[in-house]
Amino acid sequence: MSHAVSKRYNRTTNYLIGFLVLAVFTTLAPFVYIAMSSFKTQISLLMGDVKFTPTLMNYNEVLFDRTSDYLRNFTNSVVVTSISTSLVIVIAFFAGYSLFRMRWPTYVVNIFLIWSMAFNLIPSVTLASAWYDLARSVGLNNDYIALILAHMTLHLPMALWLLASFFREIPRELEDAAYVDGASFVTLVRRVVAPLMMPGLMATGILIFVFSWNEFPVALALTNNDTGTVPVAIAKYAQEEEIKYTQMAAASVLSAVPALLVLLFGQRFIVRGLTAGAVK
Amino acid sequence: MAHHNSLGKVLSLTPAVLIFAVLALLPVINLFIVSFHEVSWLGGAKQMEWVGVDNYIAIGDDPLFKAGVFNTIIVVLVATTAQVVIGLGLALACSSVGDKSRPFRALLILPLLIPGIVIGAIWRLMYNSEFGIFNLILESIGLSGHDWLGSSSTALAAVIVVDVWHWMPFAFLLLLAAVESLPRDVSEAAKIDGATAWQEFRKVTLPLLYPAIFMTFLFRAVMASKIFDEVFLLTAGGPGTSTEVVSFTIFQRYFLQDNAGYGSALSVSIIFVVSVIIVIALNANKSKGMSQ
Repeated sequence: MSHAVSKRYNRTTNYLIGFLVLAVFTTLAPFVYIAMSSFKTQISLLMGDVKFTPTLMNYNEVLFDRTSDYLRNFTNSVVVTSISTSLVIVIAFFAGYSLFRMRWPTYVVNIFLIWSMAFNLIPSVTLASAWYDLARSVGLNNDYIALILAHMTLHLPMALWLLASFFREIPRELEDAAYVDGASFVTLVRRVVAPLMMPGLMATGILIFVFSWNEFPVALALTNNDTGTVPVAIAKYAQEEEIKYTQMAAASVLSAVPALLVLLFGQRFIVRGLTAGAVK
Repeated sequence: MAHHNSLGKVLSLTPAVLIFAVLALLPVINLFIVSFHEVSWLGGAKQMEWVGVDNYIAIGDDPLFKAGVFNTIIVVLVATTAQVVIGLGLALACSSVGDKSRPFRALLILPLLIPGIVIGAIWRLMYNSEFGIFNLILESIGLSGHDWLGSSSTALAAVIVVDVWHWMPFAFLLLLAAVESLPRDVSEAAKIDGATAWQEFRKVTLPLLYPAIFMTFLFRAVMASKIFDEVFLLTAGGPGTSTEVVSFTIFQRYFLQDNAGYGSALSVSIIFVVSVIIVIALNANKSKGMSQ
């Protein structure tokens, strides 16, 4: 490469990096803003102070004030999200293995395909109303169980969809070899299929966890003050007559903790999962 | 193969089938039945009065629903287009910068992982007419602030900006995967033939990306048509009906006004439209498969 060309090349690369820096700034600035607001006093925020003395007051009140339900809401989210995600992953793993690796009539596979398409297309408010009526009829509204079941139903087709692409990558010869060696169904699943599917299960699990943690309309419909999840709690701040903006900010920052952990430790899985569902 | 243990095969699928039948199919059938009734609750007992197709006829005269459909279409078209254009730009930039862009990629996807409600809360603070960052900046350079969410001329645009910011990274991720899987030799051939960067993009890269761009647009359009969380927190459909969207209309009618019969009719109508789209998509796929 001649000197002039490489110089031009460098300049273009610098422009592109500038463009990326701008995009990252636009992405991060709102998070920095909300984090800063969460360390301000309400007065300092209302005055639009640029310089301020950081205070932990908002976090203290959100987490430990007797009138705040946030800690309970956070626990609710942890319970609902972990239980529904674990069950979805186990059920989807077995269903996926059966559907994609064994012979089923086409219509059985199609039912699951259409289910997953439909649940991706239908607004979840629609499903929320369907579940609400049923839960109320059997007296399960405002109960954990209703929300856990609803989240499972919402995310199971998505998990199946995501796992399908990972199942296809397992070479059939391995299963056949295990059978020839006399392995039972249980041994085959435990010793051969499950270990090979680990990356796929991780990617799907992390993604479903995030979706369940973030889910709002169904949680809003099926819970009350006692069983509400984190998004329901934050929405409640915004509906009060005098909005406690700085507390809402603190609650928002706390709600992002799982997402930040995922980004730190599972970023590769997230990217894999998000693209696996769409690009085939 | 005969060695496939059929008991294991059936048992493995059973839980998923049960969930489908009891928790997906049954509630939707129930919703369908409810949509032909007027529902009221008396001391924890559900009262249903048959009203025939009245609820469905009422949809045609519902001003909220009309505004909701109109605004949803605007949001879908504008937000999705913006996301695909910006996402494509960033994907191309990342791919040509190469390995140095890795840290950028990780940071860019952060909004995807944050609850929609929290995104709404963040932007509600920033848009605030008295102390929000946008007005503070405007006032600091001598301009007057504006009530972004409170005036009907800017509320929908403000919501669209939030949606673009929230979901652009998704378009970026999908398009980046597509850009990275482009064959290298084609672009090298174009360079050897003396094509300028723009010619190469316009005549080589872009046409190769059309299928991925179309898929990304479709995916985002479907997701954008369901917009709810951000609207709930930012504007609750207001001022007036200027940010009313379909999901929010259903929520208002069914839950806020406790009109389960009519709300169910709205839900069933949406499910019907979605089903028609699925049937068309499946048939298109089938005929494409046969022609190949």
